Amino acid sequence: MHAMSNGKIYAAIRGAGHYAPERVLTNDDLAKVVETNDEWIRTRTGISQRRIARPDEYTSDMATAAARMALADAGVAPDEVDLIVVATCTPDMIFPATACLVQNALGCTHAYGFDLSSACSGFLMALETATGAIESGRVRTALVIGAEKLSSITDWTKRETCVLFGDGAGAVVVQASERPGILSSQMGVDGALADMLSLPASGCRHPASEQTLADRLHYVHMSGGKTFKSAVRVMADTAVQVVRDAGLTFDDIDLMVPHQANLRIIEAVAARLEGDLLPKCFVNLDRFGNTSGASIPLALSEAQTLGRIKPHDKVLMVAFGGGLSWGGIVVEWKP
Amino acid sequence: MALEDKVVDIIVDKLGVTRDQVKPEASLIEDLGADSIDTVDLVMTFEEEFGESIPDEDSQKLKTVGDIIAYLKSKGKE
Repeated sequence: MHAMSNGKIYAAIRGAGHYAPERVLTNDDLAKVVETNDEWIRTRTGISQRRIARPDEYTSDMATAAARMALADAGVAPDEVDLIVVATCTPDMIFPATACLVQNALGCTHAYGFDLSSACSGFLMALETATGAIESGRVRTALVIGAEKLSSITDWTKRETCVLFGDGAGAVVVQASERPGILSSQMGVDGALADMLSLPASGCRHPASEQTLADRLHYVHMSGGKTFKSAVRVMADTAVQVVRDAGLTFDDIDLMVPHQANLRIIEAVAARLEGDLLPKCFVNLDRFGNTSGASIPLALSEAQTLGRIKPHDKVLMVAFGGGLSWGGIVVEWKP
Repeated sequence: MALEDKVVDIIVDKLGVTRDQVKPEASLIEDLGADSIDTVDLVMTFEEEFGESIPDEDSQKLKTVGDIIAYLKSKGKE
């Protein structure tokens, strides 16, 4: 479907990297803090442990570490980077953007950058944004990062949510290419369902006050059952659409990298797609939990490290998160 | 296939139980071992299979196999 050498500029992933903090928090550790147990957490979510950043370790630090690994994998020097997009819902500060802190830490002296807020689908929206910038010819090299310190917005008194989240980061280097690397994409939001998943305070609607603290509004709030249903439906529909738009079938997909929220969601999505897709799904949420914006790039980079993604593989990514927001992208890896 | 058989097939497939366990009076949670996510997944599958949207306030009342069959029949499914 894509003519070669017709002068069109394509975008392609050229490198990937990830970082996870050292400290491991197991389900048994959590059972000492809230009324829960390992068996309950594993059967409901598939999660066995998650990583937790040090108190003095921030989203920008994890983003920088993941980006360094991605640049090395791509063989790209920091001063070649034109654009840095950091997908995060846990920026170091409301402003300046985390991307600025990453730019300084890496020495990307020619880059501009910004943070992108779209919760768990943020990385795919950032990849879509960078792809557009590259295909337009305005940018040659972009760093697309997903990084989160979710432990800073997790309510450690709520057993429904505190078992789900972890900290970490992942990054990819996207560059202008003669061969198409980003084959198809589809993004969407539905703000009518904004209340399903949210962090109500810290913005201008509920500035920090004694009341917002007492009401625990500075933490993630989620409506579980509804989220499951919406997540499964929208991820399955989006997967079908982007695979078709790429001119492919599910047989052609070498690896599916779904947002790592919950194994039960991944299983339910795979069950609704053609063919036996579950064995093609990369899963690392058992060890990292849900790392929101970091989840897909952390999985992509780990999958590459483990040999599950090789150059020219067709990789399907789908995500779903607060907004509601969702996205799907099919890539040819390092075309 | 009769509606009853379709419903039983779906429950057997989703919950990994045997057909003879799926009696009309069997409770999804207490007798068939479903958890809260299983019940959501089952309702979604019934919606997809029978082309009927099941609102939350209705799905919360579907406790047994018989409840599901009666509900779908009340919506004109067969």
